[in-house]
Amino acid sequence: MSENLSEQLLLLPAYFQGHLLLTLAAITVGVMISVPLGVWAEQSVRVKRPLLTIVSIIQTFPSLAILALVVALLGGRIGFLPAFIALTLYSMLPIVRNTVTGLESVSNSVIEAAKGIGMSPRQILREIKLPLAMPVIVAGIRTAMVWTVGLATLSTLVGAVSFGNYIFTGIQTRNLVAVTVGSLASAGLAVGLDSLVASVQWLIERRNEAADSTRLRRLRLSVYAVVALITAVALYGLLPQPRADLVVAGKPFTEQYIMAGLLAQELEEAGFSVEQRLGLGSDVVYEAVRSGSVDVYVEYTGTIWANYMNREDNPGRESIRAGVMNYLQEQGVMAVGFTGFQNRYALAMRRDRAEQLGVSSIEDLVSLSAELAAGADLEFFGRPEWLRLRDLYNMDFAEKLTFDPSLMYSALAQRQVDVISAYTTDGRVAAFDLLLLEDPRNALLAYDAMLLASPHAAASPAFMRTIAALIDSISDQAMRQANRLVDVDGEPVSVAVEYLRGEMLRN
Amino acid sequence: MIELKNVQKSYDGGATLAVADTSLTVERGEFLGLIGASGCGKTTTLKMINRLEEPTSGEILVNGRNVLDQNPEALRRNIGYVFQGIGLFPHRTVAQNVIAVPQLLQWSPEDIRARCEACMEMVGLPIEEYGARSPSQLSGGQQQRIGVARALAAKPDVVLMDEPFGALDPITRNELQDEFKNIQRSMELTVVMVTHDMTEALLLADRIAVMRDGIVLQIATPHELLTNPTHDYVREIVAMPRKRAERIEELMRDE
Repeated sequence: MSENLSEQLLLLPAYFQGHLLLTLAAITVGVMISVPLGVWAEQSVRVKRPLLTIVSIIQTFPSLAILALVVALLGGRIGFLPAFIALTLYSMLPIVRNTVTGLESVSNSVIEAAKGIGMSPRQILREIKLPLAMPVIVAGIRTAMVWTVGLATLSTLVGAVSFGNYIFTGIQTRNLVAVTVGSLASAGLAVGLDSLVASVQWLIERRNEAADSTRLRRLRLSVYAVVALITAVALYGLLPQPRADLVVAGKPFTEQYIMAGLLAQELEEAGFSVEQRLGLGSDVVYEAVRSGSVDVYVEYTGTIWANYMNREDNPGRESIRAGVMNYLQEQGVMAVGFTGFQNRYALAMRRDRAEQLGVSSIEDLVSLSAELAAGADLEFFGRPEWLRLRDLYNMDFAEKLTFDPSLMYSALAQRQVDVISAYTTDGRVAAFDLLLLEDPRNALLAYDAMLLASPHAAASPAFMRTIAALIDSISDQAMRQANRLVDVDGEPVSVAVEYLRGEMLRN
Repeated sequence: MIELKNVQKSYDGGATLAVADTSLTVERGEFLGLIGASGCGKTTTLKMINRLEEPTSGEILVNGRNVLDQNPEALRRNIGYVFQGIGLFPHRTVAQNVIAVPQLLQWSPEDIRARCEACMEMVGLPIEEYGARSPSQLSGGQQQRIGVARALAAKPDVVLMDEPFGALDPITRNELQDEFKNIQRSMELTVVMVTHDMTEALLLADRIAVMRDGIVLQIATPHELLTNPTHDYVREIVAMPRKRAERIEELMRDE
């Protein structure tokens, strides 16, 4: 546990720096856009209504959707930029709204007096309305700040470094220490930045008071020092960093964390400097390897076949492999080779339940399915595979429930459902001793794991030599065991990586 | 000197007139009271003088110059303005409020400081004691004293007042009325004051214009208005202070 903790704490400076830069950049730009917009809206009723509607609508978009949309709009670009844009959009509502409210709440008699003594509209705005609205505007900025710090954790999914890296990796690999460190750090940052803004505001409100009180002067100095320090830390991230030779990436689930760890370790031992971008969204990582911002990751043939080639048929494992290879070549993506295991959907049952019903293949379920309850992950029943399975076998279940994957396995273990849509390399298949049903009619797609690389990486003979060690070297069984170490036994990813390396040597 | 020549104001494109064909002259150093019920057009008339409102037709001259030919902000900086809402700037100190107009006029810092001191002295709130306070730390009467000081800080010779003492308690109101009348006399200010309090108008103004429905019914000295009202409505509104005065006189005789 304490080794785990110190391992996590080593990551803290980089994650802190990434999170801070993202938050400060988004808030700064958010303020620079939103305050003028709020001023404009307060002056014109015609602007106010539509503007407030638009910023409210942005806010109602699920944050993940905004992130994905921004990545798509930027042509697959990942990292700081899409996260920064999404967070900036998200920060706007409270700032715009509070600016409008703050300006509107300035008393009419004060404005009449300002006008009556001969202030121009611009002077009234700058010298009277804005200073008087400032506490309300700052309250909006503080709200936006706290939201942004929280939302910045999601930017991990588009490849920006943040405390979200702790949280996503931790949740997926059942590393509660990582989740805790990430959550506490994120909450701490939110509280810290919030009180910093509050103290800056407090000082601004007292800027006219004589500074001869030493306490006030000392406070002012320390606040400035903290602001300067934080800005320096955030800006440091903008300096050109020594670029790693290779960027290894992965999607946000255990197998991908293990495979990314394995790739990174092999490549580092071959002398490359490696940067890991973990927990990227599935679309995000594919686009990233195409555009060259990621050098290598593990993809599955079925994903390419169904999601990118939009094929709804299932010609069988070998034809899919061939079709996918052709497609990738057309797309200019280097498919370096297959790792040997496949992580596909399979219907799974408790062994005792299957024996009791006399089931060993999906065929056997056909006559029983109208009596059985099925559980699946959140997407399975919406995928073409389920539709094909239903049509090919002409069956449907009495009850269809969807679960978070880990809850799906416990539902099966506790006999709440009879059948689930398991993943063939899932460690829990081994741990719960589940029976994977055969699929004689080829309803479920093959998902052969393969290594996709950027042209830059594939052009390096040393890279190709290193990667060759991983090709056809990991069995379903070995991958399932590696996943089990993390998901069921609670070992860190590094232990599973070591296990796989041992298995590879044996082959 | 303020001259209004056939001034009209309509807010609805001419369908109804808030101020109808009004002509009047306020001489240099004169104190004119504008009196009438709510909505009679007295405040609109006042606000047209410093272009807080613009006349629909007619001409307004301040010291011989048409106000519409002047930049509205420059015009307002040269005309003192005091109103019931007081409108001190709550984020500025009392002294900063007083020097608002000289600052807008970009006086030198020495002149500003000297003038600030003089104005605050004039309204009885010395700068040493009150200058650094915030407006919220003053009583209502003190706030309006500062309102007056602010209006006079840039040494205007014309001052517009919109029910300046309306929100004050009677004792404070009397004090301020007296003090302001003294200041007006000694500085020879040309003042237009809107009020709905006939007693106030009678006691402060050199002449009084009685307005109803946008029309000036009679302009006269207080004495004339009391002794020779030319209009039933005027007779009606001077009757109340007269009755009160007579009643008070009776009370004093009984003693």
